[in-house]
Amino acid sequence: MEMPAEIQEAIVAHAAFCLPDEACGLLAAGDDGRLRMAYCLSNATPSPSAYTIDPAEHFRCLRHAEAQGWHLAGVFHSHPGGEAYPSPSDVEQALEPDWLYVVVGPAAEPGVRAFWIRGGTVAEEPLETEAALAVREGR
Amino acid sequence: MSATVRVPTLLRAAVGGAASIEAEGATVGEVLRRAAADHPGFGPAVFEANGSLRRFLNVFLGDEDVRYLQGLDTPVPDGAALVIIPAAAGGAGVGQPAATMGPA
Repeated sequence: MEMPAEIQEAIVAHAAFCLPDEACGLLAAGDDGRLRMAYCLSNATPSPSAYTIDPAEHFRCLRHAEAQGWHLAGVFHSHPGGEAYPSPSDVEQALEPDWLYVVVGPAAEPGVRAFWIRGGTVAEEPLETEAALAVREGR
Repeated sequence: MSATVRVPTLLRAAVGGAASIEAEGATVGEVLRRAAADHPGFGPAVFEANGSLRRFLNVFLGDEDVRYLQGLDTPVPDGAALVIIPAAAGGAGVGQPAATMGPA
């Protein structure tokens, strides 16, 4: 999946801004599945090891995304002291089978990784920037 | 009075795959209980054993989280829309100390 560089930069910047706590936010996509927006949101349970998207902000994002003709397509959060991989807590609380779960780790490479989490099973979705896609497709 | 209940993906199997359902009721609780009566799998998915709303679900009426109104006793105007949103939560869990992070 392509992750626009601007979205990846916003996610990483929000993760840095929220240190030492976990950062979190939501992702919106268009009907074509292309990611269109990263909503950088409040962690309602601020902690270096947990996050909860503020429900009111979640609802406002839903309204905003749908007003643009998009849909909420995923959630991102950071693991300031862990790796960019879903923890057991992430897997247990992954309630949206159609969502992309993006995790930001403290390491620069790969700092941002994405996963599908369905029925307790984690499958990585490789992320590519537009530039990388263009090179690979010979554009 | 009738309300529309927007059902998240998580709960759609309990209502035959529908993205939204209609249910009668004068309060949020009545609407959800009527929906549970109409769709047997819906009740256990939405309510705790003591009848309260499951903690990982948020219900909005208009633009307001009903937990900040009158909870399940919140009156529902005729034709209103209830939106159920599963909590988005998780995290690294215990034993994950904070570390320095910077832009990639």
